Formats: sequence, structure tokens, C-alpha cells
Amino acid sequence: MGEQRDERKLLLQQIDQYSFAVDDVKLFLDTHPHDEEALAYFRRYSALRKKALQAYTQRYGALSMDTAKGDRWDWVDTPWPWEGAY
Amino acid sequence: MFQYEKRLQFPVNIKKPDAKVAQMIMSQYGGPDGEIGASLRYLSQRFASPYRQVSAVLTDIGTEELAHLEMVGSIVHQLTHNLTPEQIKASGFADYYIDHTTGVWPQAAGGVPFTATEFQSKGDIITDLHEDMAAEQKARTTYDNILRMLDDPDIIAPIKFLREREIVHFQRFGEALRYVQDQLDCRNFYSMNPAFDKRR
Repeated sequence: MGEQRDERKLLLQQIDQYSFAVDDVKLFLDTHPHDEEALAYFRRYSALRKKALQAYTQRYGALSMDTAKGDRWDWVDTPWPWEGAY
Repeated sequence: MFQYEKRLQFPVNIKKPDAKVAQMIMSQYGGPDGEIGASLRYLSQRFASPYRQVSAVLTDIGTEELAHLEMVGSIVHQLTHNLTPEQIKASGFADYYIDHTTGVWPQAAGGVPFTATEFQSKGDIITDLHEDMAAEQKARTTYDNILRMLDDPDIIAPIKFLREREIVHFQRFGEALRYVQDQLDCRNFYSMNPAFDKRR
């Protein structure tokens, strides 16, 4: 159980990191929409984020409605992020 | 349209409750330079932006501020979760507790409730962007003030992250302002309100 939690945390940490890269470059692109290097960076981290979100959803439940599979409504029993030890 | 993602922008895992610190940090939830004011400011101002690029900046930063609001709420929640009545009495948290128990409510550190008078939506993009740049600096100073009060690394890490974002947002708003000026008459940027006087 502990090992599974660590793995879940690690995957979530990855999602956080990829998502942050996307969040940050998104703002940069808003004021530099033609920057090729930033566009390539966006594509790279956006793809990594989507892959990590899919991997997480497969094993630990959906983080958003877009990734929810709908076979089981685990949205109601997976932890909320403010609970800590997330 | 907004969609929720069930995670924080930056993780918050505080092990040691501390009601005194919660009372201080709460100000960034609902205080004069807090995250709810920031989010409402940008998300409200964007309707009057005549430039799509600037609307993008306001939308995306306003959205990120909602994620920051959630982080600050999580910090306050974890700092007050499972407090005993004795701890509440000893920490000076009793005034808040009487009205809200340990629920999270938007108020300033000094107890003043959140109010929309803490920000403007002036309907003039030059005016609004100047306010936005000042707002990011005021929030940065507040985080600096909070950081001086902290010694728990579990609280310091997310607060440092939030402080850093204020600086990035300041930079982006500055670039947005430069974009607006580039669209205007460089002999007098203030000859008219591009959202009102130039009908489109």
C-alpha cells in the first residue's frame, strides 16, 4: 500500500512539473505568440503532460472530467488535493 | 468555461498545525492583495480589453490566480485542521474560530472581510494594466512579509512558489502594456480610451 502511494505521488509530481512548464510557457506565448522556441517547448511539455495524465488516470482515477473513463465514478472517493499527503 | 483539475498547482503538505501562521497567511486568501481579489480583478477586466492578446494574458493569469487561491486555502486548512480548543485559545485564533470554526473564509489577516473595493475594473486597458502591475508587486511584498514570519519548510516552499509567480505575472503584464502602447499613437498614449472612444 505504501509503495503504491509513493508511486502515485511520483506520477502526480511528474504531472505537476509538466503542467507547470505548460502554465509558464503559456503566459510567455501570450506576449510572444511567434516565438518558435517557446512553441516547441509548449508542444514538448503539453504532450508529456497528456501522457502522464493518461498513465495516472489508468491506475489511480481521473483528475478531471476530460480524463474520466466513466466505468466507475471514482471522482467521489479519490483524495482531494487540500487533504495533504497528496 | 472553467474546468477543475483535482490537484494543486504546487503541492501543500503541512504536518504541523499552527493557527497563528494560518491567521497571517489567510490574508492571501481574502485580504487586500490576496488571490481572490487578483483573480476577480483580471477575469473582470478582460471583458473591456479591445485587444485579444491582452485578453489572453488576463484570462490565463486570472485563471492561475484561482489555482493560487486553492493553494492558500489548502495551507490555511492544513494549518488549522485538528486544532484543539486549548490550542485555539492559546494561539489567538479564538476570534476567527467563533465565527468560522476552522472553515476557510476570505478575510484579511486583521479580520477585515474580503471586499470588491480592493480592486478596480476601470474599462480602460491602460489604467487596468497599471493596476495589475502594482497588484502583483503588492502581493509579492505580502509574500515577502509572510516569509519573514515562517520557519517551517513545509509552509515556506509553497509560499516561495507563489511569490515567484507574482514576479512572472508582473513581467507579463508589463509586456501586455507595451503591446497596448504599440497599438496606440506614440505621441500621446492617453489621447483616448481604446476600449471606449474607438468603437469597433
